[in-house]
Amino acid sequence: MSIIRGRRRSLAIAAAAAGLALVATGCSSGSTDAGSAPISSAPTKLTGTVTFWHFFTDREAAAIQTAVDKFQAANPGVKVDVKKGQDDEKTIQAIASGQPIDVVLSYSTDQIGKFCSTGAWRDLSDYVKRDGVNLDQIPTVVRDYTQFEGKRCSMPMLSDTYGLYYNKKLLADAGYSAPPKTMSEFSAMAEKLTKLDGNGAIQVAGFVPTFGFYENAAAHFAPSFGATWFKADGTSNIGSDPAWASMFTWQKKLVDFYGYDKLTRFTAGLGQEFSADNAFEKGKVAMMIDGEYRNAFIKAEAPNLEYGTAPFPTDDTKTDLYGAGYVTGNVIGIGRGSQNPEAAWALVKYLSTDTDSVVAVANGIKNVPTTTPALTSPALEKDANYQTFLDVFANAHSTTTPTTASGKAYQDTLGTFAQNWQAGKVDDLAAGLKAVDQQINDQLALGSAP
Amino acid sequence: MTIAIDARSAGQPSPALRAKRRRQRLTVLAFLTPWLLGVAIFFIYPLIDTVYLSFTRYDLLSPPKWIGLTNYRFMFTKDPQVVQAAYNTLWLVVILVTARVLFGLAVATLVTRLKSGLGLFRTVFYLPALVPPVAGVLAFVFLFNPATGPVNQILGALGLPQPLWFNDPSLSKPSLVMLGLWGVGDLMIIFLASLLDVPKEQYEAAALDGVNPWQRFRYVTLPNISPVLMFAAITGVIAALQYFTEAVVAASVASGQATTGGGNAALLGYPEGSTLTYAQWLYVMGFKNYYLGYASALAVVMFAVSLGVTLILLRRARSLVYGAEGTR
Repeated sequence: MSIIRGRRRSLAIAAAAAGLALVATGCSSGSTDAGSAPISSAPTKLTGTVTFWHFFTDREAAAIQTAVDKFQAANPGVKVDVKKGQDDEKTIQAIASGQPIDVVLSYSTDQIGKFCSTGAWRDLSDYVKRDGVNLDQIPTVVRDYTQFEGKRCSMPMLSDTYGLYYNKKLLADAGYSAPPKTMSEFSAMAEKLTKLDGNGAIQVAGFVPTFGFYENAAAHFAPSFGATWFKADGTSNIGSDPAWASMFTWQKKLVDFYGYDKLTRFTAGLGQEFSADNAFEKGKVAMMIDGEYRNAFIKAEAPNLEYGTAPFPTDDTKTDLYGAGYVTGNVIGIGRGSQNPEAAWALVKYLSTDTDSVVAVANGIKNVPTTTPALTSPALEKDANYQTFLDVFANAHSTTTPTTASGKAYQDTLGTFAQNWQAGKVDDLAAGLKAVDQQINDQLALGSAP
Repeated sequence: MTIAIDARSAGQPSPALRAKRRRQRLTVLAFLTPWLLGVAIFFIYPLIDTVYLSFTRYDLLSPPKWIGLTNYRFMFTKDPQVVQAAYNTLWLVVILVTARVLFGLAVATLVTRLKSGLGLFRTVFYLPALVPPVAGVLAFVFLFNPATGPVNQILGALGLPQPLWFNDPSLSKPSLVMLGLWGVGDLMIIFLASLLDVPKEQYEAAALDGVNPWQRFRYVTLPNISPVLMFAAITGVIAALQYFTEAVVAASVASGQATTGGGNAALLGYPEGSTLTYAQWLYVMGFKNYYLGYASALAVVMFAVSLGVTLILLRRARSLVYGAEGTR
């Protein structure tokens, strides 16, 4: 009797465990169903509600809202429910949990590989083909970062382009009338522009070379050295491409000029990047790398600052790269749980390809438009400082970070190495970069484990 | 009749009694149901799911795929970050927990010795424990800012060295310990209650025996408060194994990366990985890089370590804690 009862109990426990395991596996399985294909012809009238999640806040969110209002005015049957301030983390979790988000705007191209390969964002190819959207109006680098392995799951909605910001007054005081074009010129100017107090502490830095400070990232410097991330076979190229070693050597030389501890103490006392206390806006840093959007921040927060912009200097041996820079951008797509994909596509198409809309938003938040008609539109407000970034954007040597199905983990791995490097904790640069290769390859292998 | 008598004599309950007992069990079960549901939904199910996911490749957006022990092999052979994270966490378990328990006991002892103002000091020492962790860290990083913080300004005025605190890899964890000591009120209050609960007669008897202060603490106070000390140690170790918020906020603010959206790569464990904890690495791999399967493997290992450490501490507690009967 007790044996039978014991067996029953064991069976019951096993059944309960199996049930829970089934529930567990069932609940944790994401669906790859991207929903129904678009209807054969675009609907003549759109109706319903479209939920639109984007990451912008404050002043920039207002510019997006203006564009949305115009879309609604042109499509009176559609109501757009805007959720601002939603970053990638939130949207991914929302899509994974099955929330019916119609339109998603991401600030980064880093996750495009994941969005496309998993079907989290719908494939837009059929919509693009059906509506005859001309993709040739989108520059090649942008076309590349909005798709993954031939699957177009996003459209571009403005771009961020990186270049050099310099304080004209500080440069003039030091006897310079033009920004540097090569790294040796740049380093010499940075050193001369630096001001120390009586105790040797930095008062004004010509340039803060520390990785992690504001927009100082390996990805943003890489185009100036012609550094490449991956080999043709998809494995890391960081340890093999001498451009990376050149970049790290240049950076460390500048760090050593200041002294790592001095730099750390100096940057600890500076204001946050996206605040009115930004060090460049306050005249505490003479030169820095940043995106075109900084123009709008300066206009709003430090309108009297005398500054100029230029392409970021290049490696002395690669002056043909001058004029190029790092390009990334916002990408917009349709969530796989969209309940109103036709209206969602209409909004995506409007925000990404309607010239008037693209120009208006670009004027509002001072990002770079991502279509040729918008780039050449007379309505695009541009001054010399903004024009720099339009030129960088158009430069054939400008590059972006590669998309992988594992997101941006490879950039973080290099970022971790960079921290140790600049602190003087790496004795052998070549061996260190080879180790980075190995770590990245291992991570990529884990992300695609069979 | 005979049968009935036999059944009763054999201890068999009557049908009426069985029905009553069944009703009682159902009543108990009904009262337990909310708790059972909570445990099943929020503990057992996630636990089983986590174990299952640890054997899969899972990115949250597509179905998990069984990959056997690959995640565990990666963790133990190919992930240098997890080694650093485990080291930092172990450091915090040993140093932070020990320091907090000792400091909390010292403060509580001090408060019991006060002749007046006990309520005021008790409140003053307890108040920091009420401050939300993020706010506390922000305040601390501001106070210890190497360039503009008042602590370094005072040190400078006194002609003393001005450390980099949260920006120095050798001082970042000790700075977090100072933060932990500042918020020691939660331990202080239970130690205080325990100290005040020690029978006065025992102190009086010890005094008659002519004990010195150390003997008084060793042979009277400690035996009485040892269960509370063990409780503080166990909960402290578990909390330290899951140390997350303070380290993340301190690294983020000290590195100047306290912004959302855009920006450049996260500075994990700034400076130089010194504040990267195991729980933080788990979060980064799971919810930043979307290696959910690997993050689950990390969680399973953390669960196993937490369980193991707790069992060891509990076993040690049986031999160390002085019971109510005064036996070891």
